[in-house]
Amino acid sequence: MKYLLMIWSNPQTWGHPIFLRTPEAAAMTDDERAGLLRAFEDLMREISESGELVTAQALADPLTARSVRVRDGESLVTDGPFVEAKEQMAGYFVVDCATPERAEEIAGRFPDARFAAVEVRPLMGGSAEDL
Amino acid sequence: MTDDLWRSVTPQVIGALVRRYRDFDRAEEAAQEALLAAAAQWPEDGVPDDPKAWLIRVGSRRLIDGLRSDEARERRELADATRAPADELVAPPPYAVGPGDHDDTLTLLLLCCHPALAPASRIALTLRAVGGLTTAQIAHAFLVPEATMAQRISRAKQRIRESGAEFRMPPPDDVPDRLREVLHVLYLVFTEGHTASTGDELHRVDLTAEAIRLTRQAHALLPDDGEVAGLLALMLLTEARRPARTNEAGELVPLAEQDRSRWDTAYVHEGVALVTDSLTRTRLGPYQVQAAIAAVHDEAPSGAETDWEQVLALYGLLEQLAPGPVVTLNRAVALAMVEGPAAGLAVLDDLEQDKRLARHHRLHAVRAHLLEMSGDTERARESYLLASRLTTSIPEQDHLRRKAEAL
Repeated sequence: MKYLLMIWSNPQTWGHPIFLRTPEAAAMTDDERAGLLRAFEDLMREISESGELVTAQALADPLTARSVRVRDGESLVTDGPFVEAKEQMAGYFVVDCATPERAEEIAGRFPDARFAAVEVRPLMGGSAEDL
Repeated sequence: MTDDLWRSVTPQVIGALVRRYRDFDRAEEAAQEALLAAAAQWPEDGVPDDPKAWLIRVGSRRLIDGLRSDEARERRELADATRAPADELVAPPPYAVGPGDHDDTLTLLLLCCHPALAPASRIALTLRAVGGLTTAQIAHAFLVPEATMAQRISRAKQRIRESGAEFRMPPPDDVPDRLREVLHVLYLVFTEGHTASTGDELHRVDLTAEAIRLTRQAHALLPDDGEVAGLLALMLLTEARRPARTNEAGELVPLAEQDRSRWDTAYVHEGVALVTDSLTRTRLGPYQVQAAIAAVHDEAPSGAETDWEQVLALYGLLEQLAPGPVVTLNRAVALAMVEGPAAGLAVLDDLEQDKRLARHHRLHAVRAHLLEMSGDTERARESYLLASRLTTSIPEQDHLRRKAEAL
């Protein structure tokens, strides 16, 4: 079963890994920040080696986002993301794992989950869930 | 070229290479390279007279090349003497494989489904080493990048190495339990193919056909194992309905409404014969019971003429042999058909206490169906809509929404 993990974040400045740019990470000691990074790298290694990681991508600053709306045949393009919120989607991961519990476990190990949230969404067209 | 014919010798190629070089990892890799070479050369040059000997010869060469380059690296690094006598590094002539030729398939199945491996890795390694599929084909079938699938295979082989498991039959006492793991992997391959079987997959390997082929092989090796026969029967009896599972518009057609004249009668007959035979002469197990249920459906001239009392009794039996929420859900349907919807709905109320199941679309789809039977259209519609929102299958979602709209 495949899941999209959406990394939501509210960084002070944009950059990756995004969790290091949050106010919470800025308030940490160097050791604590290094610990976050290590936890993230361990997670990446684990899900790559297990064959659970399908694909992943970091997103550019929402400042560069353009939202396109077509109304009455007229195209209206505005600057910025479609959803106005403090938290923005900073990147995504697609994982293929055995159970929804495992997907949630992976999500919970992203440092971002401590600051904003990691949203877990099943992908359509996946195989039936084994109960 | 008949694809299946020569791929089925893959386990024997691996077996021959393991016996010669005592390295499962390299033998499996070399066999895969030999298969890739065959796929590239045979369409042009024609299939050799003895495909197996050809594959073993090419596999041996690849394996030795690998050993040699590793050896050269070690020499460079250690400035040490070669660790293997030169005569071990000469490609052997084509030869007939040693004893226990066809046992290799079973040995390999048991190794690929070793309990130390994660389920996804078992599936990947089984399809490659026993099925002879390429990593690319397997990746494509499961809609993941090749790198992801390659990782699952290499993780599987690493785990095998770490666990100390070897390419040989486990002790006899362990075989029954290990065989159950193999059957579960084959079952998962089948269901993956079954649920994915809609539309745009022109060049995708047919996992359903692959699962049936591998289970057939297992059944040929173990004709007296009732569960192997049961699983094969279950697959055939399910696959028999495939032509009727979707209509011309690509929409899902539920069992009760399927055009039974479109069912594959050869598969039905074979499946019924298999399960009948195994039920009379082998130890009972869950796959046989599931096959027996499928046989009751497949033998009914119409949905209305289904022998629900027998289905209910069989689900009761299955619940004892292999209890689980899906079995109970299915029993609730059978119970409703025999005693009326209220009895089935009472079972669902108990099941819904399970939080995980409460979010599962199957529970709500069944509830919707039973509410519809009882004439409570308003709540039936709500349940169909909720089920349609919870499923991750697009055809199923469309089907459930159509059911809601029809009320």
